[in-house]
Amino acid sequence: MLNKYPLWKNALIVLVLLVCGLYAAPNLFPDDYAVQLSGTRESNVVNQPLLDQMTEVLQQANISVKGEELTEQGGLIRFKDSRTQLEAKEVISRTLGDKYIVALNLAPTTPEWLRSIGAGPMKLGLDLRGGVHFLLEVDMVSAVAQRLDVYVSEIKTKLRTEKLRYRSVEHREDGSLELKFSAADVRDRAATLLRKDYSEFLINTEDRDDAFYLSITLVESKVREIEDYAIKQNLTTLRNRVNELGVAEPLVQRQGRNRIVVQLPGIQDAAAAKRIIGKTANLEFRLEAKTDAPRVTTETYEFRNENREATLEKDVIITGSSVSNAQSSFDENGQPQVNITLDAKGGQLMNRTTRNAIKRRMAVLFVEHKSRTLSETVDGEQVTKRIPYVEKKIISLATIQSVLGNQFRITGLDSATESSELALLLRAGALAAPIYFVEERTVGPSLGEQNIELGMMSVQIGFALVLLFMLAYYRVFGLLANIALTLNLVMLLAVMSILSATLTLPGIAGIVLTVGMAVDANVLIFSRIREELKNGMPPQSAINAGFDRAFSTIFDANITTLLAAVILFAMGSGPVKGFAITLSVGILTSMFTAIMVTRMLVNLTYGGRTLKKLSI
Amino acid sequence: MTTEKIYNFMGLRKIAAAFSITLLLISVGSLAVNGLKFGLDFTGGSLIEVGYQQEPDLNGIRDKLKNAGYEDAIVQTFGSPVDILIRMGVAHDPKLGDMVLQTLQSGETQELTLRRNEYVGAQVGEELREQGGLGMLLALFMVMVYVAFRFQLKFSIGAVTALAHDVLIVLGFFSVLQLDFDLTVLAAILAVIGYSLNDTIVVSDRIRENFRRMRKSEPIEIMNVSLSQTLGRTLVTSLTTLLVLVALAVFGGEMIFGFAVALLVGVFIGTYSSIYVAANILIMLGICKEDLIPPEKPDGDEIDEMP
Repeated sequence: MLNKYPLWKNALIVLVLLVCGLYAAPNLFPDDYAVQLSGTRESNVVNQPLLDQMTEVLQQANISVKGEELTEQGGLIRFKDSRTQLEAKEVISRTLGDKYIVALNLAPTTPEWLRSIGAGPMKLGLDLRGGVHFLLEVDMVSAVAQRLDVYVSEIKTKLRTEKLRYRSVEHREDGSLELKFSAADVRDRAATLLRKDYSEFLINTEDRDDAFYLSITLVESKVREIEDYAIKQNLTTLRNRVNELGVAEPLVQRQGRNRIVVQLPGIQDAAAAKRIIGKTANLEFRLEAKTDAPRVTTETYEFRNENREATLEKDVIITGSSVSNAQSSFDENGQPQVNITLDAKGGQLMNRTTRNAIKRRMAVLFVEHKSRTLSETVDGEQVTKRIPYVEKKIISLATIQSVLGNQFRITGLDSATESSELALLLRAGALAAPIYFVEERTVGPSLGEQNIELGMMSVQIGFALVLLFMLAYYRVFGLLANIALTLNLVMLLAVMSILSATLTLPGIAGIVLTVGMAVDANVLIFSRIREELKNGMPPQSAINAGFDRAFSTIFDANITTLLAAVILFAMGSGPVKGFAITLSVGILTSMFTAIMVTRMLVNLTYGGRTLKKLSI
Repeated sequence: MTTEKIYNFMGLRKIAAAFSITLLLISVGSLAVNGLKFGLDFTGGSLIEVGYQQEPDLNGIRDKLKNAGYEDAIVQTFGSPVDILIRMGVAHDPKLGDMVLQTLQSGETQELTLRRNEYVGAQVGEELREQGGLGMLLALFMVMVYVAFRFQLKFSIGAVTALAHDVLIVLGFFSVLQLDFDLTVLAAILAVIGYSLNDTIVVSDRIRENFRRMRKSEPIEIMNVSLSQTLGRTLVTSLTTLLVLVALAVFGGEMIFGFAVALLVGVFIGTYSSIYVAANILIMLGICKEDLIPPEKPDGDEIDEMP
């Protein structure tokens, strides 16, 4: 029979729509504003009594609590709006101190049975929710330089053990190593040895000025490997630091060859976050130089907080990377201090060194990678240059009273803030290579709320206008198209939720645009049907011909639009990506609803009976 | 064969060509002379948005910032008079947003809020500009390949010319009016490529179909018939899209205003170009039946389909 879908086809379409409805449903339950509690240490557990106590404290402060619950990550207290949430966070952090991490969070309100099938609402992007976005660039030149420094000492040791006398091993500025020898045969033997042991070296020989040289550069694949390692190391460190900040749903991700994106939704104090994330601090523990020590084995550094200097040995006992735990606290006199625990190897080294150095003084050097930006005019154009430099300053110089082992403490810090930040940085590890901020975006929560409001309003108004127009222009067919268009919106939400895509402001714009363009397929079909009717075709055949003939046009037109959307996705960043996703998903779902769903509705309305005329 | 009225679109093709060329010359000229007013995304720099409770005095804000040492600050309202946008050069301090807020708050009785604080490094902006241009060229190239494959080379040239025409005119529009060109506008232009292409394909599809069906007719006549047949659809789709875009431009807020405007202009031009530019190019390239009739089909089949 003409214009009848077989039962299985109808059933399949209805099934697809039902499943989509189910997965789109969580978006009807807006997230609660919540405060999340978790312990900074294993011993600080979040339990029911603690939650009850907090609720009581909040009630005393006249802050109404919507609910509390224990989760895998700790405790969650819910509030009715963001203002209450902010006030509550203040109160809770003041009460609990730094034993617990108190973070702003959004708690899902999706019913349990929906969550059990993996359904959840779409995530909101930073522009809708507020928060910070950082783009960091890892300094690859210094990552490679650091590795080359390690090679220099390895090569020296190797040549010494093989009794090959060299005059110097130098790390040159262009990223190559230069070895200088007095005799050609020694140089050649060294070259053979190094070629055998290091497949990653490209070794060239050179003779000039009565000396014999080997110049060593790294092969490209090795450079890549070092860079990859540096990025991975930095990613891990940044993740640790972000976790220490206690942000819910943070994003730390590599982007391109040398960049890292960090997104912290819902965070208020961007400056503090930036200070902690961007710090490329490390510590070096060194002995103070004896007064009779030769000049070449010592270095002089300034103190960080005082206007004096001290001369230290060049040899480093241990660095911050040996630190396995660090906690800030106060000493007997109420001065801030950091208690440090070292790993086994670090403890041994510390023990061995301090055994022979009792009553000598040990310095803690604070090493920070910084950069200054210089603006200069080159060829009439303003060019900014970043000049990286390393700043090393002494934060404490104390007499070693007894042999130090795995545990000891650093005193002489400025404030409690400084000691807790230092402890945090030591815990979270050092960065493998310095990083710089190349992009930052902070969106305040009020702007986020306003963006959602405006975005939603324009979706509703645009949608309503299109529905009215279609109804007026195509009557019954317009009504069917409107049902399909509404279902298209549901499917779009469902697919985006399933992909756990992030909804951004341009993403909302994409939805609006999809609504406008999704009717295109219906318009194509309907105008074909009208045309066939005018040509004198009977209604049932006209419907059939209309759908059939429009199909290839719809297909071609949508595939090409999809091409543009895919390119947009590949090259876009953040919010623009959101737009590309909505557009692509919208194109696909609109093809389904405009062709299959509308056909089903038309068939159910008109199919299988004799018609004199169509309401189109 | 059809009772629908046939409009003589192609009768106007010389005038349309002159119109298009004029618009293109204005656009390219303005792009060459004025260039685009690139937003923060592409130039790099800092942007701070501060929310006031009552309408502030802009000159007062400017003086305050100047006195605090922010010589290069550009101050303007953003959307509403209580919403102030401050732009600065690339040199940046991590706490810039907070420091500016502090500067403005001093001596002010109302409470200010930091709504937005953005910083984009000069290099990132430059890369984005390159990527954006490259992305657009890539999109055009892919489209050309696809259309050449699905239709025919002459259609492909027509479609890509129409797209380049639309993109240049939207860019020209932003250049002439010196509107802010940011990342969302670039996204809108790529969406315009998608939209305009959609239109062009629909028209081309009908032209191809009619070339196969109406064998005795002249190309110009076939064009007119095809354009008239698709006119209804072209107008309805453009209208619905324009409806939602107007909603977006009016109610969507300042952040996506540029996006909505770029698309509005793009949809207008895209609709026009799929009628006049693509079809016009096809005529100029001397499209004929031989280009479109599949050679492998035996003639007998086709005769049956003739009206």
